[in-house]
Amino acid sequence: MYFFCFNHTADIISTVEFNHSGELLATGDKGGRVVIFQQEQENKIQSHSRGEYNVYSTFQSHEPEFDYLKSLEIEEKINKIRWLPQKNAAQFLLSTNDKTIKLWKISERDKRPEGYNLKEEDGRYRDPTTVTTLRVPVFRPMDLMVEASPRRIFANAHTYHINSISINSDYETYLSADDLRINLWHLEITDRSFNIVDIKPANMEELTEVITAAEFHPNSCNTFVYSSSKGTIRLCDMRASALCDRHSKLFEEPEDPSNRSFFSEIISSISDVKFSHSGRYMMTRDYLSVKIWDLNMENRPVETYQVHEYLRSKLCSLYENDCIFDKFECCWNGSDSVVMTGSYNNFFRMFDRNTKRDITLEASRENNKPRTVLKPRKVCASGKRKKDEISVDSLDFNKKILHTAWHPKENIIAVATTNNLYIFQDKVN
Amino acid sequence: MMLSKGLKRKREEEEEEEEEESLAVDTWWLEPSHPAVAQAPLAGASSTLFDLSVLKLHHSLRQSEPDLRHLVLVVNTLRRIQASMAPSAALPSVPSPPTAPSVADSLLASSDAGLSASMASLLEDLSHIEGLSQAPQPQVDEGPPGRPTGGTPPDLGTLDLLGPGTGCLLDDGLEGLFEDIDTSMYDSELWAPTSEDLKHGPEDGPGKEEAPELDETELDYLMDVLVSTQALERPQEPGR
Repeated sequence: MYFFCFNHTADIISTVEFNHSGELLATGDKGGRVVIFQQEQENKIQSHSRGEYNVYSTFQSHEPEFDYLKSLEIEEKINKIRWLPQKNAAQFLLSTNDKTIKLWKISERDKRPEGYNLKEEDGRYRDPTTVTTLRVPVFRPMDLMVEASPRRIFANAHTYHINSISINSDYETYLSADDLRINLWHLEITDRSFNIVDIKPANMEELTEVITAAEFHPNSCNTFVYSSSKGTIRLCDMRASALCDRHSKLFEEPEDPSNRSFFSEIISSISDVKFSHSGRYMMTRDYLSVKIWDLNMENRPVETYQVHEYLRSKLCSLYENDCIFDKFECCWNGSDSVVMTGSYNNFFRMFDRNTKRDITLEASRENNKPRTVLKPRKVCASGKRKKDEISVDSLDFNKKILHTAWHPKENIIAVATTNNLYIFQDKVN
Repeated sequence: MMLSKGLKRKREEEEEEEEEESLAVDTWWLEPSHPAVAQAPLAGASSTLFDLSVLKLHHSLRQSEPDLRHLVLVVNTLRRIQASMAPSAALPSVPSPPTAPSVADSLLASSDAGLSASMASLLEDLSHIEGLSQAPQPQVDEGPPGRPTGGTPPDLGTLDLLGPGTGCLLDDGLEGLFEDIDTSMYDSELWAPTSEDLKHGPEDGPGKEEAPELDETELDYLMDVLVSTQALERPQEPGR
């Protein structure tokens, strides 16, 4: 049972990600900005909810750039943000646009040195001849300042548009994937990367498939997967060879002949792939469904959940208005028992893997006041519409929830509509 | 609101025009008893989908940097539709497309086999454009000292570090770097020293050839373009 607790209006949100503890939530937007929210620390005994999220830091991660050789602009939109696990007082995250990945350090400053000998408090320099005594500067408390500074810039390694970044469990390397290639980086080294997957055909005439997402295994630092526009997932082992063009495993479900149409390939294109926290399963999102795969079984998923099957008869119209190309993400809850993904009309769906129950909820300000419980929604596919149901033809296809995130430990979820970030949490009783 | 607009209208038109086409042609993949057959696209709707896909392809290719995934999916869908249409069917005319004439013409004028070749060559062109190196990125203040942020390493030996089919820049070798630069202006007769037009100068009267004249202002402009990449304005970069 979820209730609404927070809403933040922004530029078009393009990515949402909790950090490893869940205390911080980062969003990236179309304007190249990163906004980080921090959960309030629970010091209220009577609190019946977990801490609320407030804006912690805002910074401009990427700027629009101009590629002179090709005469085109490189968008500053943030495609993905990934947090590094915290090693010291500062936080680190990777953010990427289409071409360049940046490592940002976010640090707090709550003290400042006072009592310099050669400088006034306002920063002006004193005339050394006026100094008659010496004192030792001391640190005094100040209002908390959160500073973000770019520590590394990883550029010029991607000809095509970057769609994924994923940090290795060794916490030293990470991968970045574009439409045709995947590169491996060391976090300390910016002028060099290793190409580990290359599916660009020698002859571009033969191009029929692109890489859509990639992720490192959460525990095996030599294993990663990448998904394709043809609905396949390849698992690769970096120990096998330097260039992982040959997969160790190929996950693909045979096409259902009764559902075949001109749009079969488009709707099979995988828009997101995520390993479970346990590392035993992975989840893929295609246009109409979410599939859970057991890494030990390649020929079919172990679970399939229909997100909005009522759209299957509307594929032609969705092709016409390009909605069929929308890329929805998906996410696991902390215990891997529930998965969540977005849909249209600002709906998002959750599937409980144990009870096999699912629920549709809506993220919208009209329907949500603080602390009110979210009401389950239902779409009426055909026939008579019941009260409170919404018919397929009334769905607003401009209101799409592409990005969702789940707190790694608690039942707190972040859902991004086009311009708004919503945070919902489960009742604590 | 936007769901059943365009296709429905066109289906009605197509149904009138192409009643002779049978349903069976395009629903070979569906069992005749399958309930979806009734809703399956008619042969006429196939050609509508074809038109739509061609339009999408045009639109995609017109982008300065096409979305490769979108492009590949549209092309594959187009090929599927094309394959399902009767082999003898001519390409339907696209209703007044506001596209670059050369792209539209090359696609429309081709035969079935030619269509594949045209699409293939368009993808090929795309690869040449994509294979070019990036503009240099701004330096990081606190990055590793003295290290360029990516870009072409001067020592070719270091390219070996990047695997075959390198994710770095010079995919097609140095020659690939220049392949997309249009050199036709240098090849045209304008530049031939024996050209009558040049000798006569720009002030000649009417009755000259159709071929464009080269006058002083044009020459200046061309020289400016050739020598100055600085002519392109850099967008303002606010300090960090």
